[in-house]
Amino acid sequence: MSESLLSIRGLNVQFSAYGRSQQVLHDVSLDVPAHSQVALVGESGSGKTVTMKAIMGLLRDPPARILSGEIRYEGRDLLKLPPRERKKLNGTEMSMVFQDPMSSLNPVFTIADQLGTILKYADRRLGRSRSGRERMARVLEVLAQVRMRDPERVAASYPVMLSGGMRQRVLIAMALLSEPKLLIADEPGTALDVTTQAQILKLLKDLVADRGLALLMITHNLGVVRETSDYVYVMNKGVVVEHAPAAELFSAPREDYTRSLIAAVPRLTGGMRFGSAGARV
Amino acid sequence: MTVPVLEIIGLNKGFPVKNGFGRTVDEVRAVDDVSFSIAKGEVYGLAGESGSGKSTIARMIMGLERPTSGDILIEGRNLGGGMAAAEKRKLVQMVFQNPGSSLNPRRTIGQSLRVPLEAMGLAGRKIDARIGELLDMVQLPANFAERFPHELSGGQKQRVAIARAIAVQPRLLVLDEPTSALDVSVQAKVIDLLVDLGRELELSYLFISHDLSLMRNFADRIGVLYRGRIVETGRSDAVFENPAHDYTRLLIASVPVVTAEEEAVRPKIPLIDGEIPTAEALLALREQERRNPTSE
Repeated sequence: MSESLLSIRGLNVQFSAYGRSQQVLHDVSLDVPAHSQVALVGESGSGKTVTMKAIMGLLRDPPARILSGEIRYEGRDLLKLPPRERKKLNGTEMSMVFQDPMSSLNPVFTIADQLGTILKYADRRLGRSRSGRERMARVLEVLAQVRMRDPERVAASYPVMLSGGMRQRVLIAMALLSEPKLLIADEPGTALDVTTQAQILKLLKDLVADRGLALLMITHNLGVVRETSDYVYVMNKGVVVEHAPAAELFSAPREDYTRSLIAAVPRLTGGMRFGSAGARV
Repeated sequence: MTVPVLEIIGLNKGFPVKNGFGRTVDEVRAVDDVSFSIAKGEVYGLAGESGSGKSTIARMIMGLERPTSGDILIEGRNLGGGMAAAEKRKLVQMVFQNPGSSLNPRRTIGQSLRVPLEAMGLAGRKIDARIGELLDMVQLPANFAERFPHELSGGQKQRVAIARAIAVQPRLLVLDEPTSALDVSVQAKVIDLLVDLGRELELSYLFISHDLSLMRNFADRIGVLYRGRIVETGRSDAVFENPAHDYTRLLIASVPVVTAEEEAVRPKIPLIDGEIPTAEALLALREQERRNPTSE
């Protein structure tokens, strides 16, 4: 494997509140090579969201404290960067695609307003500037990249005027504005219908293939992992319990935890016995 | 022949569309001539996406919404025919999607379970005994009666919701996405519990979900809803192995799966111009092909 775009080594994170503390990440290490699709999968409380927040620099201290470890992006340790330098990377080098398309958009501004403003501030952080017209052109360009059939109409719309699937596309477009190299997607498509989810997952896969992005997918849905990732990290109780290429992980999981997790997923082919009469693996 | 536990005949529900002056200008057909029945001890699954009308059907069965036309019969008795609300409640109960918001945060679990028991006319010691019994049935320790919902995990809360629903010994439980807020390992255990209770109490279930893999394994028969209509119905094995309707095929094709075997039997997603089509676009195209079979 080539030099990783993102590389986490020995990350330990602790949360403290009301005089008690709890370590929530134990020695987490993971790699996201350039142009790869990596998944971080786990159930609620596994630490996948904390890991994601640590990468994006969104953990608040207090209550969170990074005890030790490194988060290297293109060789630079993000944890050692001054806050101002760190912030420059968000949205420009690495972008987040948020989970909930219903609540991540401001209802009183049009899509063009919201994407335009984000672009303006991203440009400012990077010491660039563009005219309003150039910004609008870029907004329409990213809306076209997420396969909106009528970018002009979408740009002029308010969030309520769009379906859930279209709003999710807008959130992906938002992440693409400043041409990042790494997309971090937090449970993409979980709030959507299954046919719409299939469209969104295909879009993410196509973006990775066509635009040379790397994708880090944070999810609890093993089906989504298998459909979209080539490498998988499984987390449980703050520990990476197993990591392997996706094909290997699903056909021959090594750890009991991974096995039980995969066994708990109902199969489209049926044959899963529910009730105390039919015990599972 | 035995009387089905639930029989729905020609059910319709239209919601008025009003203009700015409050005048009705149009009608949205949320439920369009739906009929199906559920036998004793049977699990019937209603599969559909948002806007398909599945929740409206559940709400009409629960008496929360009045049908525009059609009949809902429970054990042969018409729910619409002036049956008292209290009597309906004894026949049908519901388990909601999000146990976090369907339990009162200021009531202990015991207090929440007490409500339906008092409504049934139980009093005093009998209530406490029954609360203990109900908790035992959903495999929770008796001391959970003193706890508040926030002290419970999602799966435990859903068990309490199930205990509350079976408290009045109903014939039918309407399960509206009962496990969609839970982790898969917890989901499996909650479904285990529902299957065990169904056998023990001879309960029938109307299982509403968008999780087709779960439906395949849990429901005996399913109906696929699209825009208020049941477009396909049958035994779940049969529908999944041989989906007849284009919409059913698209739904099944869209399910993310975890094994190669599933991938092999899953229909391929049809692409239009290299993109996954919306259900509307796909059905419109198929309709066009049927009309002009030569244009292929």
